Amino acid sequence: MSVLLLADHDRGELAPATARLVAAAGGLGPVDLLVVADDPAPIAAAAATLAGVRKVLAVQGPTTAEALANTLERCAKGYQSVSASASSTGKDVIPRLAAKLDIMPVTDIVAIAGPNRFVRPIYAGNALETLTDPQPLHLLTFRASAFRPVAGGNAAPIESLDFSIASAAKLLAAHRTQTDTPDLATAQIVIGGGVSVGSAEGFQLIEKLGKTLGAAVGATRAAVDAGYAPNDWQIGQTGKIIAPDLYIAIGISGALQHLAGIQGARKIFAINTDPEAPLVKLADLALIGDLFEIVPQLIAELDRLSLASRTG
Amino acid sequence: MKILVAVKRVVDHNVRIRVRLDGSGVETTGVRMSMNPFCKHAVEAAVQLAESGQAREIVVVSIGPRPANDVILTALAMGAHRGILLETDAPLETLAIAKLLAKLVEEEHPDLVLLGKQAVDDDSNHVGQMLAALTDRPQATFASQIERVGAALEVTREVDYGRETLSLPLPAVVTADLRLNTPRNATLPMVMKARSKPLVVRSAADFGVDLAPRLQIENISPPPERVAGRSVASLAEFAAAIAAEVNEMEAL
Ligand SMILES: Cc1cc2nc3c(=O)[nH]c(=O)nc-3n(C[C@H](O)[C@H](O)[C@H](O)COP(=O)(O)OP(=O)(O)OC[C@H]3O[C@@H](n4cnc5c(N)ncnc54)[C@H](O)[C@@H]3O)c2cc1C
Ligand SMILES: Nc1ncnc2c1ncn2[C@@H]1O[C@H](COP(=O)(O)O)[C@@H](O)[C@H]1O
Repeated sequence: MSVLLLADHDRGELAPATARLVAAAGGLGPVDLLVVADDPAPIAAAAATLAGVRKVLAVQGPTTAEALANTLERCAKGYQSVSASASSTGKDVIPRLAAKLDIMPVTDIVAIAGPNRFVRPIYAGNALETLTDPQPLHLLTFRASAFRPVAGGNAAPIESLDFSIASAAKLLAAHRTQTDTPDLATAQIVIGGGVSVGSAEGFQLIEKLGKTLGAAVGATRAAVDAGYAPNDWQIGQTGKIIAPDLYIAIGISGALQHLAGIQGARKIFAINTDPEAPLVKLADLALIGDLFEIVPQLIAELDRLSLASRTG
Repeated sequence: MKILVAVKRVVDHNVRIRVRLDGSGVETTGVRMSMNPFCKHAVEAAVQLAESGQAREIVVVSIGPRPANDVILTALAMGAHRGILLETDAPLETLAIAKLLAKLVEEEHPDLVLLGKQAVDDDSNHVGQMLAALTDRPQATFASQIERVGAALEVTREVDYGRETLSLPLPAVVTADLRLNTPRNATLPMVMKARSKPLVVRSAADFGVDLAPRLQIENISPPPERVAGRSVASLAEFAAAIAAEVNEMEAL
């Protein structure tokens, strides 16, 4: 079964999660990556290096859901699966394409249990659904965080396709968060801050701890709603799904909608004033106390420890 | 402008669900049900457009068993004008839901269809996008702001890199995210008034849509449980544990 996989990108760069999606799709058969962008060439070049990619298709064009669904439809012939990341792009496009093709899609896949058997979470990850898709074409999205990335070193051929794609919807403006922290979805360490961080300035303290550890920074919905953190930092059922080796949750209660986003974390540490908070109960390690006292001391202590290990 | 809003009745988002031991699904009997939270934001957006004079009529539709009338009543109490229940006791896949909604769009000709971005039971996040495709309309999913500008809408969407603003010619399909607005709580007089608003019940089977499921659900299981951890007494111990984790990562 061959798979056409839509590649995500931002600011002219291939999304770091792509290596994980190639691994996921590769579980079904040979993978061809499709890059649609204003300037697809550099992104396609990066895509071609991923191990297991058979070829890269590069198309110059708009990236609204309509345009991407139309482009995928034109490229889909001969494939048994058309897939994408369960990212904001994949979620936008795959169901639209599915309805056009009269196919019921399977989305947010976290495990492949057979050639057409998949596992996906429901109810904010509080249950896992195993299903069989008997349709002749499989329209899928994968949760990148659930799969290990493929290596690089490939030099797959790149084919440029030329066709004009129309879209009634037009992109007027993109608003990006200015930050130099690592990509949340693929980071090894993530620090999360809750509404008790109290202000945007408070989040600078969380970011400082993040810098000390080379970690990405995330937030709860309550913190985002309060305007302390940008929306693309939200972790959870309706935000990003993360699977770091270490998640440090600071002043976060652990509502089930937040837990939905962190179930893939290998270790969870928590700092909270409340020993009864669900996140404290669930954490591998917890420190009970006031974050405003603890975090500055923690940064100093971690600085000291890394200095000690470097000189020692 | 005429607006159609689709609302789903789901297990209330505050309920801690229980997976049935035989793998047949999630226990829903005797569990509190309510309107899917994202649908509430969709209804609120429609009502605000009506209040500012930009929408003339709001029709609300739900597909499901008879008690789904309750969520339609909630929407009517919030300010929608009339309701339609497409009654069915069968659990339907999102593609079938979208096809039924497309039939209703054919009948009602709304300029705008508003939906929630996702239903918190199946967490699919499909129906708006599917309906947009079936009715060949432009879409803006995950909306956190909707503005009418002449014959078009300007919609700001929450996406992985931040936010983006799209311009959509009407008719269009928009799905609501949580930061779109703050849904109002219906007051008792509004609830009383809602009972006198028109609400028709039609059978979902009468629309000539193939409602048979495409996918075969084999089993529903609980997620693996995490082993309970422990609390440490000192900051030094906590910091040392973090450092140990980091060292382990670097060693790999
Ligand atoms: C449909 C829906 C979807 C949602 N999706 C998401 C989602 O994707 N992501 C998400 O995060 N939420 C989501 N939510 C919201 C979720 O239900 C919770 O409201 C939210 O996660 C709570 O955030 P919080 O932990 O920051 O705040 P709170 O629940 O208020 O918790 C604050 C915590 O901080 C602790 N604390 C207070 N002061 C201090 C201090 N000085 N030092 C240390 N600790 C302190 C308290 O003990 C408490 O545990 C969703 C809700 C709904 C209805
Ligand atoms: N049974 C239903 N009745 C009415 N609207 C629905 C139904 N199922 C889904 N929807 C709409 O589609 C949105 C997305 O649902 P889903 O694609 O199932 O996650 C919901 O927020 C509703 O607006």
